Amino acid sequence: MMEEKVMTQNPLKKRRKMNRHVNWTLTAVMAVLAIFFIMIPLYITVVTSLKAPSDMNNLLALPHKMRWANFSDAWQMTDFPIKFRNTAFITFVTIVFTLPLHSAIAYAIVRNREHSKFFTGIYYYFLSAMFIPFNVVMLPLVSQVSRWHMDNVFGITVLYIVFGIPMNIFLYAGFIKKIPLALEESAVMDGATPFQVFYKVIFPMLMPMHATVAILSFIWTWNDFLMPLVLLSDPNQQTLQLSQYVFQGQFSTQYNLAFASYMLVLIPVLIIYVIFQKWIIAGVTDGAVK
Amino acid sequence: MVKSRSSVKITPYLMTVPMVVLFFILHTYPFLKGVFYSFTNWRGYGGWKFVGLKNYLYVFTNAEVTHSYLFTLKFAIFATVLVNVLSLAIALGLNGKIKFKNTLKAVYFLPYILGTLIIGFVFNFIFGTILPDIGQSLHIGFLSENILGGAHAWLGILFVTVWQSMAFNTLIYLSGLQTVDTEIYEAAELDGTTPWQRFYKITFPLIAPFFTINLVLSVKNFLMVFDQIIAMTNGGPGNLTTSISVLIYKRGFQGAQFAVQSANAVVLFIVIASISLFQLRVLEKREEKIQ
Repeated sequence: MMEEKVMTQNPLKKRRKMNRHVNWTLTAVMAVLAIFFIMIPLYITVVTSLKAPSDMNNLLALPHKMRWANFSDAWQMTDFPIKFRNTAFITFVTIVFTLPLHSAIAYAIVRNREHSKFFTGIYYYFLSAMFIPFNVVMLPLVSQVSRWHMDNVFGITVLYIVFGIPMNIFLYAGFIKKIPLALEESAVMDGATPFQVFYKVIFPMLMPMHATVAILSFIWTWNDFLMPLVLLSDPNQQTLQLSQYVFQGQFSTQYNLAFASYMLVLIPVLIIYVIFQKWIIAGVTDGAVK
Repeated sequence: MVKSRSSVKITPYLMTVPMVVLFFILHTYPFLKGVFYSFTNWRGYGGWKFVGLKNYLYVFTNAEVTHSYLFTLKFAIFATVLVNVLSLAIALGLNGKIKFKNTLKAVYFLPYILGTLIIGFVFNFIFGTILPDIGQSLHIGFLSENILGGAHAWLGILFVTVWQSMAFNTLIYLSGLQTVDTEIYEAAELDGTTPWQRFYKITFPLIAPFFTINLVLSVKNFLMVFDQIIAMTNGGPGNLTTSISVLIYKRGFQGAQFAVQSANAVVLFIVIASISLFQLRVLEKREEKIQ
């Protein structure tokens, strides 16, 4: 949008823009590829989830009659409400705690790094922790965490909040560096305490980064499989992703029920994607390129 | 005055120290414990004694473990090359003068937000039921059998991994391509260059940093491949598609090889840390250039 505005202001570019015709061949190629590779697997997921068992012969066809009961069957079979509640709790609480806590760490590090060895130390500590993925710590972590009775929804939420620190503080730090000190200084002159300076002046200014961090945290916690797999053995504590794995055996060849169950997990994410698509794409790009 | 002075000094510590302590207890401490136990014969319970480098020797000589390393490396290399070539191609296409650009971009990015486990299950059905069905009715031999049940099972996993990972890499390449000024192309076009020359001489050097990010993130992620294998082959047939992470999970938690798999995890850490260090150096060089 911005580019176009600039272009119309520049007469030379305007002339070029008229030469710019849509490349329809390329458009067609890109659309066909998108339909064939991305949309067909999703189409299969949707139609399979709506078929009756007797309707499973013609695998690629639309269902003869929509069997919505698949969804209620899968809902009951997998205890969907409990798993949904657990997953939503984990995701929501992780985001709510991650934003203020991680941005505060990043703020303290950025503003004190230059004159304090302690904060430089913390910075490098978290930097090096990024080299240690979950797969490497999971064996000793699981025995420790179950001894401390953290093998439940609350415990895993704490783990998500803590394990997200390294990545998130680097995202925040890059952003905070660019905020001029003058703003904080004038707030201090007005008598604000350091906490007030952070939560009233800095925290609201970090909104674009909060969006990025919230989106990345959402995708991570909603879709994570390995951490729930090794930590949550009690069925009442399990997440949506984990329950798909647990019930795989029970679905057996009832593919219609299995796919209805997948749809129940995918639908919330798809709804959020359709609504927040632009922010999600921008947030993920930011998170990687920063 | 004195009071506010001390609060100025204390606040940054209040903001960081509790979380640093928590992080140490829940991340660094288990990591160190894992390193420690990798030199013992602990089974995850009961007593233990030091065994020196025995577990590491086992990791490097045991056929099952070395196979998982070879498989994971092969998988990571193929997946990295395929994902990056294909997503660069798609990004170039999306960056072209096409219609419905935003819609197409949203469609190509969609796989990223879907859980890998469920994608694995969906493709399980496609490889195991739909493709053999098509293969049998069209009498195409190689399609008639479930690829995941045979010697080429890893290709099925590779396909699913590429299918999902392309989304992220495409997005990064696209954001790289959008930083390239279109006027350079127009000038080069007037000079009579071929499209390939323009890509090779202009586009590629300009998006090189994005290429580095993608390459390093891809290798790192693919070396830890887990979800799609559990969903599609569970490491089989036999142990053909058992990756390092799958092996740590299966043997470490279920096979009472706690100490051996701790050593395995330490080796995995060293592999991943070396790659990340390389990434960091490249990124630092880039920052120096900008400054």
